[in-house]
Amino acid sequence: MVQTLAAVILIIIAAPIVGGILSGIDRIITARMQNRVGPPILQPFYDFFKLIGKESIIVNRFQMLYVLAYLALMITSLVLFVLKQDLLMIIFIMAFGGVSLILGGLSVQSPYSRIGSHREILQMLAYEPVLIFMVVGIYLQTGSFTVQSVLDMNEPLLYSLPLIFIALLYVLTIKLRKSPFDFSTSHHGHQELIKGMLTEFSGPQLALIELAHWYELVLILGFIVLFWATNIYIGIAIALLSFVLEMFIDNISARMTWKWMIWVTWSLGIGLCIANIALLY
Amino acid sequence: MGIINKSRVKSPWVVHFDCGSCNACDIEILACLTPIYDVERFGIVNVGNPKHADVLVVSGAVNNRNKRVLKNVYDQMPDPKAVVAIGACAATGGVFRECYNVLEGVDKVIPVDVYVPGCCPKPEAIIDGIIKAVEKMNQRVDSEKKEKKE
Repeated sequence: MVQTLAAVILIIIAAPIVGGILSGIDRIITARMQNRVGPPILQPFYDFFKLIGKESIIVNRFQMLYVLAYLALMITSLVLFVLKQDLLMIIFIMAFGGVSLILGGLSVQSPYSRIGSHREILQMLAYEPVLIFMVVGIYLQTGSFTVQSVLDMNEPLLYSLPLIFIALLYVLTIKLRKSPFDFSTSHHGHQELIKGMLTEFSGPQLALIELAHWYELVLILGFIVLFWATNIYIGIAIALLSFVLEMFIDNISARMTWKWMIWVTWSLGIGLCIANIALLY
Repeated sequence: MGIINKSRVKSPWVVHFDCGSCNACDIEILACLTPIYDVERFGIVNVGNPKHADVLVVSGAVNNRNKRVLKNVYDQMPDPKAVVAIGACAATGGVFRECYNVLEGVDKVIPVDVYVPGCCPKPEAIIDGIIKAVEKMNQRVDSEKKEKKE
C-alpha cells in the first residue's frame, strides 16, 4: 500500500520533469538540425513558469474547467499505467482527456480555434483505432488487458508485434503534433491557423495544457517501453530512440492535410495492425 | 516569485505588427530568426497570436487607418507586456512624419518601452531591444507590487 502510494506520488512529480526535459532536448536537437544553437535545455520550464505568472484572460466560464479536466485525466491515465492496470481503461481515459481539450477549443467563438479543434477530432479518429489494435495485439499475446501481464512476459513484445510497433510510431508523431501531422495546433516557432486549437488559451491555462502535454508524452513513451518490458532499460532506450526519430521526421517532412493523415493512418496504420494480428493467429 | 521573474526574462514571446513599414525593418526582424542570429538562444519565439505574446514588436509609421488595429492587438495581450518600436518610422514617423495621415510614432497610440533607432536597425540591436524591454517589464512588475504592499 505504502509502496503503491509512493510510486503514484513519484510519477506525478517526476513525469512533468522528464517530459519538460525531453521537450527541451527536442528543441535543442531541432535547432541543431536547422544549423542553429537553440534554447537552453530548461527552456520549457522557463516558458511554463512565465505563463503561470501571466494575467489570466478567461474567455468563458467553461474553458478553465476543460483545461483542468484535460490535466486531471492525463494524470489519471498515467497513474493507472504506473499501477499496472487495464490498458483499455488507460486508453479510454486518455481519449476522454483529449476530448475535453477539444471541447475547450470548441467552446469559444474564434474560427481558428474551432477549425483547429475539428482537426484534432480527425486526429483522434486517426490514432484511436491504432491504439485499440495495439491493446488487442497485446491481449492476443498475453491473454490479458493489464500492464502487469506484459511485465510478466518472458520475451519482449517487439518480437511478436513488430508491425504494431511501427503503427504506434505514427501515433507518437500525431500525439506530439509533429510534422507532417501538426495541423490542429503547431509547435514553437511554427504557426498553423494562428495557433490552431490553442489560440484562445492564454497565460496559466496554456501553462496547464503544456503540463498535461508532458504527462501525455511520458505516457505514450511508456507504451513504447512496454514493447521491451523484459529489460526496462532497453525499453527506455527504444522509447528515447523513437523520440529522436520523431524529431528527424519532424524536420524532414512538410505539413500535410488531414485527408492525407486519415488515408495514411487508416490504410497503412490499421493495415499494419491487422496484418500483425493475422500473423499471430 | 523569484522563479517567475527569472523565467520572464528568459522566455519573451514576440508578436510582430507591421504598421505599413517599407519591409526593411520587417526583413531585419525576420533575420533574427535565421541561424546566424538565432533568437531562440534567448528563448525568444516569434508567435502569431497576441494572446500568447509578451512583447509587441512594431515596425513602420502608424497612421490613422491602422492605429485601431494596433490598439486592438495590444489590448489582446495579457499582462505583463512590453512594446518595442523598431526603426525611425515607428519611433517618430521617420521620413513620413509630415504626411497628413501619419501619426508621429507608435507612442501616440500605445505606451512604448524601448525604441530601437535606425533605418533600418541591425538584428543585433533588435534582439538587444527586446531583451531590454523584458527587463524593463520585470522592473515595472516589481515596482507595482511594492506600491500595492505600501
